[in-house]
Amino acid sequence: MNRALRRRLANYIFVGACLLATGLAVLSLTSLFISLFWNGFSGLNMLTLTKDSGLIAAQDPNGPQLGGLYDGIVGSLVMSILAMVAALFIGIFAGTWLAEYAGESHTGNIIRFLNDVLLSAPSILVGLAVYTYIFIVMTWHNTPQYTYSGLAGAAALAILALPVIVRTTEDMLLLQPAQLREAGVALGASRGLVIRQIIWRAARTGLLTGGLLAFARISGETAPLLFTAFGNGQSIALRHFISGIADKTSALPLLINSLYQSPLTVNFAWTAALLISLAVLAVNILGRFLARGSRHS
Amino acid sequence: MGSAMGSQTMGLGSVDATARINRGSWGESLFRSACFGAATFLLVALGGIMLALFVGGWPAFHKFGFGFFFSTAWDVNNDVYGAAVPIFGTIASALISLMIALPLAIGVAVFLTEFCPRVLAQPISTVIDLLAGIPSIVYGMWGFFVFAPLIANHIQLPLESAFDPDSFWGKFFAGVPNGNLLIASVVLAIMILPYMSSVFRELMLSVPASVREAAYGLGCTTFEVVRSVMLPYIRRGMIGGTMLGLGRALGETMAVTFVIGNAHNFPSSLFDATSTIASTIANEFAEASGMRAAALIAMGLVLFLITFVVLAIARLLLRSQKF
Repeated sequence: MNRALRRRLANYIFVGACLLATGLAVLSLTSLFISLFWNGFSGLNMLTLTKDSGLIAAQDPNGPQLGGLYDGIVGSLVMSILAMVAALFIGIFAGTWLAEYAGESHTGNIIRFLNDVLLSAPSILVGLAVYTYIFIVMTWHNTPQYTYSGLAGAAALAILALPVIVRTTEDMLLLQPAQLREAGVALGASRGLVIRQIIWRAARTGLLTGGLLAFARISGETAPLLFTAFGNGQSIALRHFISGIADKTSALPLLINSLYQSPLTVNFAWTAALLISLAVLAVNILGRFLARGSRHS
Repeated sequence: MGSAMGSQTMGLGSVDATARINRGSWGESLFRSACFGAATFLLVALGGIMLALFVGGWPAFHKFGFGFFFSTAWDVNNDVYGAAVPIFGTIASALISLMIALPLAIGVAVFLTEFCPRVLAQPISTVIDLLAGIPSIVYGMWGFFVFAPLIANHIQLPLESAFDPDSFWGKFFAGVPNGNLLIASVVLAIMILPYMSSVFRELMLSVPASVREAAYGLGCTTFEVVRSVMLPYIRRGMIGGTMLGLGRALGETMAVTFVIGNAHNFPSSLFDATSTIASTIANEFAEASGMRAAALIAMGLVLFLITFVVLAIARLLLRSQKF
């Protein structure tokens, strides 16, 4: 009797502890979001969305209100999109090789392992490595003014997006039924044609999901941009797109990193944090939604 | 398999068809090479990162030798640098965060698989998964402006003033209020929790229902089923998932930079400021040049090798499962 009671008691404590753990996890997310909205929502107006952050940095106590986050929004979008184009191009081919040609071969397993390592490599080291190469080239070429650029930032982000895309591409292609491939080959199509015309098309939604997840991952990254894009108070002007992207480029996460330090500008940092969190969540949720749809079909 | 089928078709075809298939097979090998080339790029990227860190950090390794890893010096004026403090800070903060996150992750996973109503399980696990997507710098801001003041004002400062500064507890709670090792570890724990709990949940769902039901059928309580049947069954994968969390905690940059205090000294207590490899690089690299920059890149290589080893172990242990 005593023993049964003890077992029941231990079980209650355990159930309570599990409930508490889940509660704490959910509570921390709630606290994060409440503080984001509480501090950041009031700054969400047209001025913030259309003015450059260079205007915030003015030391005049009345000055901060004149600026906004426009340059960061544009810079983040431009760099993330450039990075995604590069990463999708390489990543889908690499994922296709792993799924369709590599099989369980030794080379295939090594590449898979390297992809996993790259997937979890500290992002700041990617930025540091990109910086090191560009620094060497630009010093040798005697054009140190191009050491920091939006292109360098996009390159670092592309390396971070790549392993996500490779992984999801491989998984999504492997999900396609073997009969689909056999039917294509039986009609006389070559293996490459089957992959391009049938398998890729069938896995379209899955590939899109992978792209969205990768986009969500890189759009909030700060560390790899610190020594590559560096930050800039002015947005990339559309007319001078090429020279703008070859120069230091602003990004929302970089703005958070510089604006949180002064009480005059901290509200802008909160607004930037709110914007980037909402964007990342929206893209993540969209990706999940698509993934769920494709699993049922 | 594919090439064998291709050659069979070729043997059966007429002259015309053979010609077409031959032309196709040229494009075929081009496509295959493109795919292989893209896959090789992963090797190039990873090798390139390691090479860059090695080349950039070489001056520091060359000048300070093995002493670099054990020296606590960080003297900008005399250009003498050592990596001992950041290496210690990196490992300490990651291990403490693991100690916090591991029980929480097990609790969340057990709750979601064993006794959460099915209607709630999916939304809660989605919410926790979404935690993983929030950018590191947002956690940093939350830690800096919300969590750190909360801990400082309601826990650390009252306790510190409640004890005699020379007593054990006085020393234990002494430190820097707004940025310290403990706060950095807790923020890290919140960040790695979603990764670990989702791995654990997948693992627990992979335990055969018959095994669990047999244990329940013997009259086991939920606690006994989890402790004696499920955890032993998924132990190997759990260690892998934990190592995955450890790998993330080691390399996390922005959140830690906001809340660790960035002091270049060994922490004297849990509440003392210190620094990690990633936070030191993030803080100092922009203004560093020459030997200082080399020392920072060299520390980057150390961090890369530590995470590489941790992740390699994680993958080895998780190899049977697919994550």
